[in-house]
Amino acid sequence: MSDFVGDWHALLVLVIAGFLPNEVWRMLGLWLGGGVDEGSELLVWVRAVATAILAGVIAQILVQPPGALASVPDWLRYGAVAAGFAVFMLTRRSIFAGVVGGEVVMLAGKWWLG
Amino acid sequence: MPLALPPQDSPSWQSPVRAFAWGVRSVGSTVLTLVLFATYLGIGALAHDTHFSLGWVLASTALVWAGPAQIILISTLGSGATVVQAAIAVTVSAIRLFPMVVSVLPMMRTPETKRRHLVLATHFIAVTLWVECFRLLPQVPRERRIAFTHGLGIGLCAVCLTATALGYGLAANLPQLFAAAILLLTPLAFLLSTARNCRQLADILALVLGLALFPLASQLHTGVDILISGISAGTIAYGVHWWRERE
Repeated sequence: MSDFVGDWHALLVLVIAGFLPNEVWRMLGLWLGGGVDEGSELLVWVRAVATAILAGVIAQILVQPPGALASVPDWLRYGAVAAGFAVFMLTRRSIFAGVVGGEVVMLAGKWWLG
Repeated sequence: MPLALPPQDSPSWQSPVRAFAWGVRSVGSTVLTLVLFATYLGIGALAHDTHFSLGWVLASTALVWAGPAQIILISTLGSGATVVQAAIAVTVSAIRLFPMVVSVLPMMRTPETKRRHLVLATHFIAVTLWVECFRLLPQVPRERRIAFTHGLGIGLCAVCLTATALGYGLAANLPQLFAAAILLLTPLAFLLSTARNCRQLADILALVLGLALFPLASQLHTGVDILISGISAGTIAYGVHWWRERE
């Protein structure tokens, strides 16, 4: 059992650094959301900030890549995502086609680099 | 893989249990399930490579239930950050969940719905469930939407737990190229699904400015760089929207 979960300290870290800071925004949405009108100006701003933060998360994974992604050169990571976006636009906004296109460019680039 | 849900007056919707089952079955009707499966293979492999236990990463999938937050949690803790630094990075990435919850829950409410009935459905809300709720809930009778969402959420969670365990087990044998390919899925899928959900000029501007401002803000090394670039970009985007509305 101790091999499966590791030590209890690690689980405590998961709750404090992972679960609570993430879940608080969902529960705040549940708590405060009842009074927010869907078309309100406040929600336009909140949505814009949320979208920009998500964009920041995307940029962070690309600029400061985790794990094995760090083995892909900068220009190839950016190029692959740009190519995926181009395919997405050309296929009338198909997420699937865009994801496949971006991945193919990344794999082809790595293969070409050897 | 389109799945035809029964018409709203069908007897299939008479019991919450059957509505729950339709929710579970809907997991097979979306290509996003495939993206999610591959993303969680990557998270399992990343956790293995950063020396977390299998039980720990499975618990993180069930409790956190948000791909980017888990990647950020594992990579910041793995790189020696403190618990407080990791918690800040995670909570900043999770702010986006607030407007998602606020925009989805009105679709599930009936006059009899109590707040506690929505707690589990709220926990399941993340990008995939948010997109799928907008697509599927209009086809589900209103009083069965919570049961349906529970089925969809538990089904997706089961798929992701399986993928996490599989990725963890395979990590040692996973070629580095494959591991890199699955880690690239998260930014690709998030960028494209956000781009598709952009409804107003403010959303598009926020996405573009948010991407552009993060590399600048990251030079500050504050630990809350994403928050700085996100609030600035979002507020500028909202300002442009407000200014154009006044014209």
